[in-house]
Amino acid sequence: MSEKEQEPREDENKEKQSRMNVSRRGFLKGVGTGAVSVALTGVPLVLPPDAADAAEALAAGVKESTVRLNVNGAAYRVKVKSHWTLLEVLRREMALTGSKKICDRGSCGACTVLMDGKPIYACSRLAIEMDGKTITTIEGLADGETPHPIQSAFMQNDGFQCGFCTSGFIMSTKGLLDKNPRPNSDEIKEALSGNICRCSAYRKILASAKAATQKG
Amino acid sequence: MKAFTYYKVNSVPKAVSLLAKYGEKAAILAGGSDLFGIMKDRPEGPKFKMPQRLIDIKGIKDLNYIKDRKGSLKIGAAATLSEIVSSDLIREKYPLLAHAAAQVGVPQIRNVGTLAGNLCQRPRCWYFRRSLFTDCLRKGGGTCYALDGENQYHAVIGGNGCCMVYPSDMAPALIALNARVEIATAKGTKMVPLEQFYVGPRTNLLRENILSPQEMVVTVEIPKPAAGNKGVYVKLKERDAFDFALVSVAVSLTRKGNMAVNPRVVFGGIAPVPLRSIRAEAVLNGKDLKVAIPEACKAAMDGAHPLKNNGYKVDAARGVLEQALGLLA
Ligand SMILES: Cc1cc2nc3c(=O)[nH]c(=O)nc-3n(C[C@H](O)[C@H](O)[C@H](O)COP(=O)(O)OP(=O)(O)OC[C@H]3O[C@@H](n4cnc5c(N)ncnc54)[C@H](O)[C@@H]3O)c2cc1C
Ligand code: FES
Ligand code: FES
Repeated sequence: MSEKEQEPREDENKEKQSRMNVSRRGFLKGVGTGAVSVALTGVPLVLPPDAADAAEALAAGVKESTVRLNVNGAAYRVKVKSHWTLLEVLRREMALTGSKKICDRGSCGACTVLMDGKPIYACSRLAIEMDGKTITTIEGLADGETPHPIQSAFMQNDGFQCGFCTSGFIMSTKGLLDKNPRPNSDEIKEALSGNICRCSAYRKILASAKAATQKG
Repeated sequence: MKAFTYYKVNSVPKAVSLLAKYGEKAAILAGGSDLFGIMKDRPEGPKFKMPQRLIDIKGIKDLNYIKDRKGSLKIGAAATLSEIVSSDLIREKYPLLAHAAAQVGVPQIRNVGTLAGNLCQRPRCWYFRRSLFTDCLRKGGGTCYALDGENQYHAVIGGNGCCMVYPSDMAPALIALNARVEIATAKGTKMVPLEQFYVGPRTNLLRENILSPQEMVVTVEIPKPAAGNKGVYVKLKERDAFDFALVSVAVSLTRKGNMAVNPRVVFGGIAPVPLRSIRAEAVLNGKDLKVAIPEACKAAMDGAHPLKNNGYKVDAARGVLEQALGLLA
């Protein structure tokens, strides 16, 4: 297992530059305060020997902690403050900015990710609650340069206008199709009911989700 | 959100010992779908402050179950609404409950939102929820901004003192099913009928239920329904995709031929508590259900006092009751 500690931040500019780098690895390397470490192989991370201590510390009350979570098939250890949301940590600490922040109040769906396969609002859960969880974000869908069939369906059916809500809608669709590959229209509407599109591209979003079901 | 101390406990005694120690400065954290919204907006008042310590109860195994115990149903406080919707036991024997749970919010909310969190959620009144309105009665201030303000979503019954409406969808359904809640403190546990769990503004302006800051809900128990029992939950929303109830009603009754026996009628969205309509129940009990519907609907709203903008709720409440009874007739 290759688990790599990140170099500590050298200076702001360098960090910003590396954020421009398009490779995921490039993103990860430049980001954060040395808080993120990652096993790029996707091998489940073996619990460090201090896991029992960690549980004890959590029971005694903490303002920060290191959480171990699997994001898009890779194991991470991230140092988080107790009040940071999962969305903040994904976007800011891990540079996974595909999940969007609009309302930050659990009302719009732009931040939808899958937690252990189920759609949740990442803005409304704490990162510190995610220890041991498996998270899938929009970045985890494509296979290299090949878009996921749901992503292709959205592209082919113009399932968006500005696109800001799109990753959330795609993740809700993914959550649905993973457990129900052949949903009817009502089931699709229900599954997407927690996502709002300000451009009101709903008709084409529904058509895209429907097209995705026919592909699977 | 501002910083707080986070506790992840694995037993009820640990959770209640923290509550005993920190009281109002601590809060139970379940799904967080209600709590974090408030903690981000920080709508504080003289007697409403944000918790400095959150006690996460999701890891307590004893609170995560749905089971049949000698014919009655027991649900742990931390069971999620999604688990309730998809439980075969509940769908089969307590369809009213599955039906109400399915109407809470959206998949993302039901996947994290817990039953006890739903029953203990805070009011949605926009004056209560906004940090600008610090003098709100429910925050320990001296003003009900809604009384003269925008009150289209507020109470038409029992709103004297504070006219918010209790927003839970699960509470009316569970009261209709005669549910009880088990409450734990560091000293032990007690069972209380859910109907008596909620209190109006004249009893307590600062909290919607009888829980003291040292107490938490651990279990919800529903007695075995009588043979021939039927139930339904009807919720009227402004937005179809998801919204809190403008008005809603849960009805549970037993059919004996054409007759309705032991009906329980509980409204949501019209009062500061989930409101049982004893009057409508009296009209229905022992009568031919189809025949009694119009009179029951009329009786249910006797004594309503709408505010400037919410007169529609009187008709709407009669409407949802008519629809619910029609479905059971
Ligand atoms: C967009 C949106 C839509 C919503 N729609 C609906 C709806 O249609 N119908 C509806 O009923 N609700 C709705 N809600 C409100 C809420 O999300 C749900 O009621 C949910 O079930 C709350 O559960 P939770 O576990 O997330 O609660 P939390 O947010 O964790 O807790 C809510 C409150 O209860 C307290 N609490 C939690 N568990 C316990 C316990 N065991 N003992 C004592 N106190 C406890 C907490 O301290 C907190 O004050 C909605 C919320 C959002 C954000
Ligand atoms: S940003 Fe999370 S629901 Fe809107
Ligand atoms: S495409 Fe613009 S918000 Fe949906």
